[in-house]
Amino acid sequence: MSKTLSAKSHSLPAKVWAGYALLALALLVAPFIVGQVGGNAWVRILDFALLYIMLALGLNIVVGFAGLLDLGYIAFYAVGAYLYALLASAHFDYHVSAWIILPIGALLACFFGAMLGAPTLKLRGDYLAVVTLGFGEIVRLFMNNLDRPFNLTNGPQGISGIDPVSVAGYGLNKGITLFGQHFPSSYAYYYLFLVCMLLVVFVCIRLENSRLGRAWVAIREDEIAAQAMGINTRNVKLLAFALGASFGGVAGGLFSGFQGFVSPESFTLMESVMVLCMVVLGGMGHIPGVILGAILLTITPEVLREVINPLQRSLFGRSVVDPENLRMVLFGLALVLVMLFRPAGLWPSQRRREELEDDA
Amino acid sequence: MSMLVVNDLAVSYGNINAVQGVSFRVEPGELVALIGANGAGKSSTLNCLAGLLPAKRGDVQLQGQSLNRVPAHDRVAHGMALVPEGRGIFSRLTVLENLQMGAYRRDDKSVVRQELTQVFEMFPRLQERRDQLAGTLSGGEQQMVAIGRALMTKPQLLLLDEPSMGLAPLLVEQIFATVATVAKSGVAILLVEQNAQLALQLSQRAYVMENGRITLEGDSAGLLQDVRVRQAYLGE
Repeated sequence: MSKTLSAKSHSLPAKVWAGYALLALALLVAPFIVGQVGGNAWVRILDFALLYIMLALGLNIVVGFAGLLDLGYIAFYAVGAYLYALLASAHFDYHVSAWIILPIGALLACFFGAMLGAPTLKLRGDYLAVVTLGFGEIVRLFMNNLDRPFNLTNGPQGISGIDPVSVAGYGLNKGITLFGQHFPSSYAYYYLFLVCMLLVVFVCIRLENSRLGRAWVAIREDEIAAQAMGINTRNVKLLAFALGASFGGVAGGLFSGFQGFVSPESFTLMESVMVLCMVVLGGMGHIPGVILGAILLTITPEVLREVINPLQRSLFGRSVVDPENLRMVLFGLALVLVMLFRPAGLWPSQRRREELEDDA
Repeated sequence: MSMLVVNDLAVSYGNINAVQGVSFRVEPGELVALIGANGAGKSSTLNCLAGLLPAKRGDVQLQGQSLNRVPAHDRVAHGMALVPEGRGIFSRLTVLENLQMGAYRRDDKSVVRQELTQVFEMFPRLQERRDQLAGTLSGGEQQMVAIGRALMTKPQLLLLDEPSMGLAPLLVEQIFATVATVAKSGVAILLVEQNAQLALQLSQRAYVMENGRITLEGDSAGLLQDVRVRQAYLGE
């Protein structure tokens, strides 16, 4: 091999590595910069963005990879959150460590995923969407009503006083003290969520390039042909539901520990729709796109919340429209515009882009 | 031993009896055609053989082994491959990825690579377009992908469902030429076709299906001369 060639093949990875290093640095200091500019509330929003990335990547396995439309995904988030709440709070006075609950939460969500998958194996598209929607609502209604005959979930009041996540005996709710300065819990949770999110991303990338990943794509493209290729479509679909659900279960547990409070209100249909929007808007089946979608859809409504009211006051001298309503209208408008002008999502995979160009 | 023996096979969709007890066989290396009009039950028969439709009654044996309880995805491992009606290619995957999907159940990577080269030799056109999305190919090329992909499962029996469907006459002849090449390589083929003329010219034996039953069978050359076939299917 010639010298110039080897030099060339080395210079590219160096650039890539530099990029990764910059990204890592940005992720490490992000909460401090965001906190400096926007205050602690924005660090919390950042934490939620990380949770939503995990949810969106989980749903992306079902919707993006395997092509199964799931409108009840938030149910798995609920399962993980409630499991954590029941096993680590004063409600039953169990105080199990988060590091035991989170894996159990993933497994339990897996089980629920398979339970949703099994009866819906023959359904596709709209029909599947309706059943999954019903499933999500059933889980929420159970949470809402299981305070009788025996008080399992404490009904609509929800469960409060949930134990924080502890890392090596250190409760993350105590926050971080750095150079003599104290930072609240949202900073500490940021790093926990970041590690979990990176793990989820890693697993997703590995799955996408695996044999199973290819089987999902085959099913999405043509189920009959996939079967004719020797793919066990039943098992492969169940695995999509189960694996996707497990991410939701973990995210739910983290949410529970972070918030210290869960109630059925957090797991409405609107939440499922929101996570689905993140996947579709970002770029179905494309991991970086889905991450972008999750970040944008978490942050945009909050930005609108901060901007709309001051804007109305400066324009009209008073608040004309309820900012909460206007915020959702603008948000909806933004979604419609994106779908009109970027139908494959904001950051679609190369493949999807080519396909749309060919259609045109 | 026969490659495929089908005995009194029946398929129904609810109350509609699409296939009402058909019996036929395919010998090793043989090209057998199953011809008939639209709705005669040809595709239902083929899909049932591939395990995609449940049989109401009857018996299917591949090389002496009963397939009655073998699910569709395991029939591939038994040496049976289906080229579905309408081709069923993975349109958002590249040509190469489509072909690789055919080897989904196989672990012998080096052999698979060799066979990939063979498929590309058989279809040089696919070699040129290996990195193109399969959905962007022409109909004839897509049919080549579908056949090539089925060959990647290393079948002993290939089930071909209407390979001429929706193709221009020139392309139909091209596809039939490749079917002949595949047959020459020793793979037994069961060909379902509406284009009776071409199917009878290509095959050694043929069965004629009408309303879910086999009404005629015999040497393809003989059937080509048969008055009933000529009147019903060859437009005389």
